[in-house]
Amino acid sequence: MPNKTFFWFFLPTGLAMILFIGLPIISTGIQSFYAQHDQVVKEVKKCDPFGCTVSIVVDQEKTSKIREEKPLGKFNGFGTYVDRNHLAIEEIGKFWNETNSFGEFVDQVTNLPFYKALIFTLTYCLFVTPNVLLLGFIIALSLNAVTRRIRGPLIFGTILPMIVTPLVGSLVLFWMIDAEGIIGANLQMLMDDPYLSLKSSKTLTWITIIIYGIWHHSPFAFVVFYAALQTVPQEPIEAAIIDGASRWQRVRHIVLPHIYPVVTFVALISLMDNFRVFEPIIGFSAEGSAQSLSWLIYDNLVNEEVILFGSAAATSMMTIVGIAILLAPVLIRTWKEFRTAR
Amino acid sequence: MEYGLDKRSNALKIFNTTFIIVWLLVACFPFIWTFWGSFKVRADFFSRADWWYAITAFNTLLETGGKFTTDAYSQAWTEGEFWKASRNTVIVTFFVVTISLFLGTLGAYALSRSTRNYAFWILIAALIFRAMPHITLVSGYLFPFFQLQIWGILPTTIVVLVAINQPFTLWLLYSFFKTVPKELDESALIDGCSYFQAFRHIIMPVMWPGVITAGLFSLMLAYNDFTVTALLLNQENHTMVPKIQSYLGTNQHEGNLMWAVSAVVSATAPLFMLVMFFQRQVISGLTAGAVKG
Repeated sequence: MPNKTFFWFFLPTGLAMILFIGLPIISTGIQSFYAQHDQVVKEVKKCDPFGCTVSIVVDQEKTSKIREEKPLGKFNGFGTYVDRNHLAIEEIGKFWNETNSFGEFVDQVTNLPFYKALIFTLTYCLFVTPNVLLLGFIIALSLNAVTRRIRGPLIFGTILPMIVTPLVGSLVLFWMIDAEGIIGANLQMLMDDPYLSLKSSKTLTWITIIIYGIWHHSPFAFVVFYAALQTVPQEPIEAAIIDGASRWQRVRHIVLPHIYPVVTFVALISLMDNFRVFEPIIGFSAEGSAQSLSWLIYDNLVNEEVILFGSAAATSMMTIVGIAILLAPVLIRTWKEFRTAR
Repeated sequence: MEYGLDKRSNALKIFNTTFIIVWLLVACFPFIWTFWGSFKVRADFFSRADWWYAITAFNTLLETGGKFTTDAYSQAWTEGEFWKASRNTVIVTFFVVTISLFLGTLGAYALSRSTRNYAFWILIAALIFRAMPHITLVSGYLFPFFQLQIWGILPTTIVVLVAINQPFTLWLLYSFFKTVPKELDESALIDGCSYFQAFRHIIMPVMWPGVITAGLFSLMLAYNDFTVTALLLNQENHTMVPKIQSYLGTNQHEGNLMWAVSAVVSATAPLFMLVMFFQRQVISGLTAGAVKG
């Protein structure tokens, strides 16, 4: 296709992506270097029969005037990046000097909002992704062994958790797990602990959200693996059966190598999706004990008094860096393949 | 994989069946339970005393005189203004799907027919864009949108959702276009068609399965979106998913939690119907590009 034709065909979609994906990233980058204005204060002298007092009040007029003149805020450089709510360089230095043991130091650091969120996000990715692959593969194998006639409805049932939006999916589970719901109430009875509830324990909350993640993402892995299983050639498997290979050996040495490229694809996609985990935290109302990077940004953006653009943007930029680190191996590999293909 | 030589032991068969039944229970029961509970009053579905009330409908019987009540639905749809939210969802979804498909088919066709290097790099860029968490993009939008005073209205959200959706649509349609033989449009070009005519009259008619699949995914994205709609729309223009969340936040009066339950059911039911009818397309879409390696 000539370049000119290509240009016109691609223009609309390219423009949409540049304007609403490319530019926002730049806009986020710029915003992250600014912070919201401080409030302008003035001294007010108040006198009454008992004497004069000087009090400091916010000068509403001047504050709003400054905000109007420079809506982006004041230039802050990398200030937002290193403040307490983000990388907290200063605080970490302080903890390093003040704490006695390494454990205590780690404890202090992981209580800082950014590190807390980072750790939750990574833990979530680390536990959900492999389990999604595993469960998806097992479901695909066992559905594949079922008579063809009833597979349709079974597949429909299997993909339900995936097609609902994460907020709805987590709400539906939350209403059951909650102390007043069917599972929660039964667990209380089983454990003989009337105060057992999701919100009471951080570990329980994390486990619940991770289980939710596996529940929500496994169907995707299942669908892809199931389709891949249909393309596994029959001859080597029959040969293996004749040679006396056990079922496990067949899966291990024939099926798995055949679907290996698909496994990397699913792992990559689910890693990307898990890294942005955020809606389940709202669905499970777990803000108290589990925060993710995306949730931090959301929280800044829905801030009641003044939207913390700078803070949200700084977290966003660091999230993008995280995504870049996650994607780097894949991109480098693709680039190498591309170069050798030429 | 029904191997002629393969003999399954009975134990394996039983294990397999049990596993599938257990998994299906895990996958579907929460939805069935929520559907069931949406016809009860709050004191039953969220029972402090005994969860068994949700089945016997003890309080529902007391409060409404029947075992099932549709109060939650009628209140959420009228008083809770869920009708407005669902109308907004319909508008957003319709335009997102139409515009996405229009832009996506043009772009993906060009990508699939180009032999240049830049086509490859565009696809890689699209993959990177696909990986961006939506919330980071939203944090980029909010400030300029406030300044331009286009925040809060439906058209802005529609354009944003179309753009966010483009990388995935491009990849999906690209892999579908690749399966249409090049000779088809080349012969049309030789006969004197322009590229656009070849695209319009020769390629599009054979592309319907791919277009339907891509349309379904755009639809699911627009319909299910929370991040963008919750932050870029004002209260008045909220679509269904942020509306459900707003029912959770306002706990002042008792009805609200049941509103959320009935709203969840109302929002999920059409989606399930759709997937039931188009199951084949959904699955082919998820696996396009993946299975070919």
